[in-house]
Amino acid sequence: MKKFLSLLLCVISVVFCAMPAFALSDNEIEALRGTKLYVYNWGEYISDGEDGSLDVNAEFEKRYGIEVVYNTFDNNESMYAKLKSGGVSYDVVIPSDYMVERMLNEGMLEKLDYSNIPNFKYIDEKYRNLDYDPDNEYTVPYNVGMVGLIYNKKLVSAPPTSWTALWDEQYKGQILMFNNPRDAFAIAQSVLGLDYNSEYPGDWRAAAEELKKQKTVIQSYVNDEVFNKMETGEAALAPYYAGDYLSMLDINPDLGFVYPEEGVNFFVDAMCVLKGCENKAAAELYINFMLESEVALANAEYICYASPNTQVINNPEYTFYGNEILYPETSVPTQIFINLSDETLSMMNTLWDEIKNYQPNQKLTIESNKYAIYLGIFFIICIAVMVHKILVRKYRENY
Amino acid sequence: MNKSTSLKTKLLNSPYIVWSALFVIAPLIFVVYYSFTDIDGNFTFENVLSLTAYTDTIIRSVWFGVVSTIICLVIAYPIAYIMAHSKAASQRTMMIMVMLPMWMNFLIRTYCWMVLLQDTGIINTFLGKLGISPVHMINTPGAVILGMVYDFLPFMILPIYSVMTKLDPSIVEAAQDLGCNRFAVLRKCVIPLSMPGVISGITMVFVPSVSTFYISQKLGGGSFELIGDVIERLYLTPNQNNVGAALSMFLMILILICMAIMNKFSNSSEEGMVI
Repeated sequence: MKKFLSLLLCVISVVFCAMPAFALSDNEIEALRGTKLYVYNWGEYISDGEDGSLDVNAEFEKRYGIEVVYNTFDNNESMYAKLKSGGVSYDVVIPSDYMVERMLNEGMLEKLDYSNIPNFKYIDEKYRNLDYDPDNEYTVPYNVGMVGLIYNKKLVSAPPTSWTALWDEQYKGQILMFNNPRDAFAIAQSVLGLDYNSEYPGDWRAAAEELKKQKTVIQSYVNDEVFNKMETGEAALAPYYAGDYLSMLDINPDLGFVYPEEGVNFFVDAMCVLKGCENKAAAELYINFMLESEVALANAEYICYASPNTQVINNPEYTFYGNEILYPETSVPTQIFINLSDETLSMMNTLWDEIKNYQPNQKLTIESNKYAIYLGIFFIICIAVMVHKILVRKYRENY
Repeated sequence: MNKSTSLKTKLLNSPYIVWSALFVIAPLIFVVYYSFTDIDGNFTFENVLSLTAYTDTIIRSVWFGVVSTIICLVIAYPIAYIMAHSKAASQRTMMIMVMLPMWMNFLIRTYCWMVLLQDTGIINTFLGKLGISPVHMINTPGAVILGMVYDFLPFMILPIYSVMTKLDPSIVEAAQDLGCNRFAVLRKCVIPLSMPGVISGITMVFVPSVSTFYISQKLGGGSFELIGDVIERLYLTPNQNNVGAALSMFLMILILICMAIMNKFSNSSEEGMVI
């Protein structure tokens, strides 16, 4: 079995090696053999050999003899916090658009040498020179995607077309919402026709008011729980990523998906090289490798998000070739997140607190006061018991 | 006994001292430092003052902590008593049953509760089969408290149990000889003697339940937050770490105050050593 596997891998590598034109000379690549490459990516965001798929990192190691030390994160903010705190050093990281911009502004990224990444030519024109990296000097798109509205056909009377469905009294208690401020605000901003990246406080307050109104109909604010809740039919409506909808659809075929007419958030996760990285040549080799048609295809199949790679999009063997949801033909109005100023970020957080503490109906506005009263009573009882005990003891001592 | 100044004692103590300096004292200093500085490292009170915005959250967290601690105590005390008074073989079995859930990660167990309690979850499906109308359980404060009680119950049972097993049966016999009925034995002997276990159980349940952050998100539906959730969010926002540190410091002080009250409450100095 082992022999067969290694033979197979040999064949695969021979096939691979035959295809791409390398910018790094063979000697240079040979010199990298035995080095280490540190990669920091989203969780479950690479084809890992499961169910007979291609194990991308193993294949890279096999071909170039460079050891890939691969770690994952589950959101941009925790990734940023880790890198910022020091103590870790990575070569390749794959953050999303607005975080790329933030890192770029803070001088955390290294310019790429695109002559070492010849496969960049496969990247679709429309995913180049985006707002976060206008001259495309630092990044190579890895995956792209859009947020949309997922609904359960059995629980929703007519397919929704607008984000306002998430405010509909009719579906009270069946609506899920993003449990992170940026994505939640974006939906309210879409409804109000505002810019996602507005620096004007009034816009954010207006959106916060919308989100407060929405609280009466919300079942819960979710992150990953959305999969379970939509798959089991616990909830009827949820905003989430198109690629993840496709995974949910495998389990619950009653789910539908729509890009609301007001517009949606469009995101790009891009590969970057960190400043001061120790193995830049290997990092570029890795990025180039990720763009190879076979590798990009394996990743696109595994992750289910839309690929920016023309070699994948135009490959008829690709499972999602021409998929209406990942690659919609009619254009959807989209906005991309860019980095917000520190003032706006902290205001967004304060408003999010307000939303979380807001109790929609009159009876519950005293909810927190109610807890304060309970606590007060509890402490008074505690103190009373203490005083009583002390008195009893004193009395005994005197006796 | 030798004085603790002997070289041998010092050597033996050093790993512990180094460990606590590195992983207990140093982080605490960092938290205090960050709470009183702004993002550029200048001294400021702003972070501490901005905490007033979280009053509701703090009160809610403390209340939830108190309720779950009381419920844990009420459930755990009889269990510990029964365990300590059963045969050795059944004690071992019961011990395993208390410990077994702790072998699994608490995040997974909490996630499972979410699946159980859902409107379309296992419990409601079962009730539906029996013809009982479904009960709405998930996304309520009750569900959060249930989660806390479930997760932290072993921490209440174990210290009380270990104190009870060490309780000298001759004291109970003496009390009986002197004419105490069963209730008086319990009130005058067993409960006062098991106080150290109770106090350490209360600490071990109250502290994690006030500062918990995952349970409220999964079982409370995210429509209200506890202190832990707010701290997590503040730390994950790039420029809010200092406010997060201030809130963490406040939480620690709050817990220390609660513990001080608790120690007074137990009101005998020789029992205070458990904390």
